[in-house]
Amino acid sequence: MGEPMKIRAKLEGDVLDVRVLMAHPMETGQRKDGAGNLVPMHFIQTITAQLNGRTVFQADTSQAISRNPVFGFKLKGAKAGDKLSITWTDNKGDKRTDEVVVGAG
Amino acid sequence: MNRALALCAAAALAAAAPVPPAAAQSKPPAVERDATTEEFEKFRAVLEEDNPAELFEAKGAELWKTPRGPKNVSLERCDLGLGPGVVKGAYVRLPRYFADTGKVMDAERRIVHCMVTLQGFDAAALAKQPFSNATSTPDPVVLTTFVAAQSRGMKIAPPQNRPEERAAYALGHDIFFYRAGAYDFACASCHGEDGKRIRTQQLPNLTGAEAIRSYQGWPGYRMTGGVMHTLQWRLNDCFRQQRFPQPQYLSDSLTALLTYLAVNARGQVYKGPGIKR
Repeated sequence: MGEPMKIRAKLEGDVLDVRVLMAHPMETGQRKDGAGNLVPMHFIQTITAQLNGRTVFQADTSQAISRNPVFGFKLKGAKAGDKLSITWTDNKGDKRTDEVVVGAG
Repeated sequence: MNRALALCAAAALAAAAPVPPAAAQSKPPAVERDATTEEFEKFRAVLEEDNPAELFEAKGAELWKTPRGPKNVSLERCDLGLGPGVVKGAYVRLPRYFADTGKVMDAERRIVHCMVTLQGFDAAALAKQPFSNATSTPDPVVLTTFVAAQSRGMKIAPPQNRPEERAAYALGHDIFFYRAGAYDFACASCHGEDGKRIRTQQLPNLTGAEAIRSYQGWPGYRMTGGVMHTLQWRLNDCFRQQRFPQPQYLSDSLTALLTYLAVNARGQVYKGPGIKR
């Protein structure tokens, strides 16, 4: 169970501009800790966006992404009142879903 | 002759008891505009739209109202200077004098004080890891970020009504100008006059209204390492850069220095937690 995301969804016409801020350590597996031991890989593997329960966006991501990443995408055909939910899963099987209701433009 | 001497003495006296720069209080600082600065500002504006500091702010809001510590109480009764539980606008009105401790305290120091007195946390244990690293962010940092965010868009207004608060300003002033260490450095060596820079980094003159730039953006999310830092960390690092001995976390000296900077920045608008390189 990760920490809460910050989801911002702004409606411009029928295009929804989505920005998601996620709290995640995103360890690459290359970094060493103070004692010289490798810090194990820990990164978000998939990101899924659902609009009213229907998957509209899916991404496979790697450890090349920064800590506490921001994801942005645009979505056509959304309207005010729609429910947008974002889910990420990481390589340790951890998972987090947050939902927002799209506000009027 | 005697009159001239008396005038000299008066001038020396005035210099000995530092008073906040009066003219600087509402005038926005004049910043040298050049192509580099403008490019940096564009870069910052893009990053500020999605600042991970918001994640820490949200986490701090949770921590604030969650019953924790050996006494299992929340911080909702913590007095940040505007009365128990009042968080809105408290950050820009600190450092200030607190009658219950008889000391002038800055935001992070007061928050830690509340964690110790209300929640029963051990002050020494909290001081063991005061700053964020790659794997963990200490609670006082997260809480300070939350508290600071509740003063977004407000004017910096630390009180200077009590003699203790004026003494803290005077001490902060003295520390700011105190030259010592391996490099014979003082804060004022870099931050004592206008228009200085190190490589592309412009150095604000913190002796006047530009002191707002020491407050702006802190607590800040540092992209280098992806960690959240407060002003306590920033000042600690200033002393490291000057090759001074490490100042004690939450000490009177750091509160005094923060008082000096906050009072110099009086009247300027604080924009809330920020993002740093």
